Amino acid sequence: MTNDELIWRVAGGSGDGIDSTSQNFAKALMRSGLNVFTHRHYPSRIRGGHTYVEIRASDEEVKSRGDGYNFLLALGDSFARNPQEQAYYGNEEIKPLSENLDELREGGIIVYDSGLLDTDEVENFDERVEENDWHVYDLDLRGLAKEHGREVMRNTAGVGATAALLDLDLDPIEELMEDAMSGDVLEANLTILHDAYDGVKEDYEFTHDLRAPTGDHDEEPVFVSGSHGIAYGALDEGCRFIAGYPMTPWTDVYTIMTQNLGEFGGISEQVEDEIAAASLAIGASHAGAKAMSGSSGGGFALMSEPLGLAEMTETPIVLVESMRAGGSTGMPTKPEQGDLEHVLYTSQGDSNRVVFAPGDPAECYEQTRKAFELAYDYQIPAIVIYDQKLSGGHQTVPESVFDEEPNPDLGSIVTEEDLEDAAQEAGRFKRFMYDAESGANGVSPRSLPGQKGGNYLASGNEHNEVGHISEDPTNRVLQMERRMAKLDSIADELSENADHQAVYGPEDAEYGILSFGSTKGVAEEAVDRLNDEGHSVKAMNVSDIMPFAKDDVTAFLESVDEALVVEMNATAQFRRHIQGQLGRFGDKLYSLLKYDGNPFEPAEVVSGFEVRLGEEADVGDYNVRIESATGD
Amino acid sequence: MSAFNAIGEDREIDRDEFTPEIEPQATWCPGCGDFGVLKALKQAMPEVGRTPEETLLVTGIGCSGKLSSYFRSYGFHSIHGRSLPVARAAKLANPGLEVIAAGGDGDGYGIGGNHFMHTARENHDMTYIVFDNEIFGLTKGQTSPTSPKGHKSKTQPHGSAKSPIRPLSLGLTSGASYIARTAAVNPNQAKEIIAEAMEHDGFAHIDFLTQCPTWNKDAKQYVPYIDIQDSDDYDFDIHDRREAAEMMYEAEDALYEGEVLTGRFYVDDDRPSYQQEKQATGDMPEEPLAERYFDDDYEWERSYDLLDRHR
Repeated sequence: MTNDELIWRVAGGSGDGIDSTSQNFAKALMRSGLNVFTHRHYPSRIRGGHTYVEIRASDEEVKSRGDGYNFLLALGDSFARNPQEQAYYGNEEIKPLSENLDELREGGIIVYDSGLLDTDEVENFDERVEENDWHVYDLDLRGLAKEHGREVMRNTAGVGATAALLDLDLDPIEELMEDAMSGDVLEANLTILHDAYDGVKEDYEFTHDLRAPTGDHDEEPVFVSGSHGIAYGALDEGCRFIAGYPMTPWTDVYTIMTQNLGEFGGISEQVEDEIAAASLAIGASHAGAKAMSGSSGGGFALMSEPLGLAEMTETPIVLVESMRAGGSTGMPTKPEQGDLEHVLYTSQGDSNRVVFAPGDPAECYEQTRKAFELAYDYQIPAIVIYDQKLSGGHQTVPESVFDEEPNPDLGSIVTEEDLEDAAQEAGRFKRFMYDAESGANGVSPRSLPGQKGGNYLASGNEHNEVGHISEDPTNRVLQMERRMAKLDSIADELSENADHQAVYGPEDAEYGILSFGSTKGVAEEAVDRLNDEGHSVKAMNVSDIMPFAKDDVTAFLESVDEALVVEMNATAQFRRHIQGQLGRFGDKLYSLLKYDGNPFEPAEVVSGFEVRLGEEADVGDYNVRIESATGD
Repeated sequence: MSAFNAIGEDREIDRDEFTPEIEPQATWCPGCGDFGVLKALKQAMPEVGRTPEETLLVTGIGCSGKLSSYFRSYGFHSIHGRSLPVARAAKLANPGLEVIAAGGDGDGYGIGGNHFMHTARENHDMTYIVFDNEIFGLTKGQTSPTSPKGHKSKTQPHGSAKSPIRPLSLGLTSGASYIARTAAVNPNQAKEIIAEAMEHDGFAHIDFLTQCPTWNKDAKQYVPYIDIQDSDDYDFDIHDRREAAEMMYEAEDALYEGEVLTGRFYVDDDRPSYQQEKQATGDMPEEPLAERYFDDDYEWERSYDLLDRHR
């Protein structure tokens, strides 16, 4: 697009430190005053295989990956398996270069490690360079690294070369290296950084115009992922118990929680499977701790039955579901939004749960906090659904987002003093009262094991007011209606929260874009571009999935002529949810679907829109699909 | 000041306190072994000095799962096979509770077998009672993990081709630190074993033989039984893992030959409980987590203080 943004892509092999190199470089850009957003692409492999991280940096707010990118740093892949082009995975050695050329913008920069990569192995390399006006700098990064330290330090050489080519100040990069390393390793890396920087400045004549943008932060920023938002939200709500089983990408939240819970006097349990994980969260919450668990699609499937148990026993828990491309094992490291219906309805019987879908790290923090608050106030499971993109993608967020007071409140519980006067029947506390004093919101306060005067039976079977198993029809209806009434009360409470759905763009716009979860940023960027091009478009990213933000979405849809529902799955699950919840608007809704394992780029949304407006015949090479809600 | 004053209460305890006013008479079939578990449990409670309100009984699904309906305490009737993960987390959140889990042989050794193995391995300080009747009762008599080889039922019309699971050996290899087998027909021994299991600091596994007079008529009233501690025919050291393993193997085989060997099979008093291990590594607070939410003076940590690593 413009020169006021840098989109730096560092490509190499899994296990070569691409991720940590990119994290530090992104932080350095942040410290230089820029906003950053990262997108990570990696295979489900430990060692070897093409991987890249993209860092988009600008003085402006950045909320999405860009369209393509403008600076490639191609490093080698130390663990590349197949040197032959005929091999199943192709020639892995050359992939850091060959796999990344399609998305490099015209006029972009290529820096490659000539110690490991040979452009002769890339088909039509020279022709493509000329055609696209790319500026190519070949550097023996490996040689430089070996000269002063170890071969893996070529990443540092690449960063030094990048800084030289972009006129970036080395100070923030050095500071970050000093934070992360020490002794000989630090010395070697610093030498390599400077040698690469000086070498490039001295030996190369720069033919490119691109320079690093400059900027200033209005507010002190921090560099966090959606997983940090979720974990920090949980910690600030007093969550001190987590149980889990490793699974990509949910492991990010699980790890962050575990690494902090010891210090915070909490308990983290790694258990035998996800059935156990969710059951442990229930057990801990039942005994009086604020507890959570979570997983990704397959693991969450195992949580179905405990989830229903939490609904039936009215045990507060928060579960998080980090979606990845399905079905079954699917594509473990790739994002998708295909688990929406799974999360909404899994487990037997009528579902009775809260589901939030935050759109960025700040929303992850706020909505995880709200999920805990509602779960404990209403004694109901609350689920935060997000995806691999939000899980691992980092971006700059004002630190003030996290400057909030903790809320360890256990919600609707009784104390032993309350129990002295509490209603009892047959020697048991009336835990599930039809007409609880707390009013019509359906919540009957709970006692905790160990409290005097509070014993009752929690059961997944239908039960009467003291928890005893009951199949009496009158009791059944009263208990069902009481439990189901909670969602109406929660919907009322949420509707008071005026800006829970993120609305973006001119209020009186003719057209709408609807999305949920991590698609927020890309939809908003598309809105900006479409309006700049003279269209009249606004966006709404829906967070309140269940109870559904009916009034907000209705008002939004009534105000536009047509809306494009943008989501990362093949069957338009979110669009169907909208139609199911609102019972109308089918003739106004169109879907833009993507399910190839990569998140949307803004240009794809723009293109989808232009097709709908009849300005373009089709979406061209983009791997997306448009369909109408009515099927024509 | 505790928010849980039932815990550690020092008073006279009557076993009748454990009888609920609703359904004081359990609805199991006449002659069912499950009555024996209920009775033995009620008798054991006063012996170990624990009251109904400091006790959490977590049960699975099946006839055995109804135990929490007929026993007055804090109860949690969970889902099939999952009593152990619910129970052990409650114990971690509030270690002052007396936590007992119970379920059938299908519940514990079949659908919940993974949890059994791992809860034993971790040695949580709790008691697990498995009602072993060698059959699925509530679903009307299907073959279960402890049914003998050749067992015929509607789901195994030609006789089961599977050898039964070895519950005691499984407990031992998994890491349980107290393992016993008792029988409903032996109420005194059952009461003593349950009391010992509750007093044991670690995972105590009781394989409790509960005859099913309705669906397992060929069996088995589990008489005559032999208490291996009382018999001169069996001389082994219950603290010796190898000797215990041999004794278990023999007892498991003998059951299907009609010889009912009961008693204590293995006791390890030295192994620290999971809670102790976890506190030693700094991964579990010394004060019960559940108390903290009632402590008005506690200064809750904030994520804001973690932000330096993100700058």
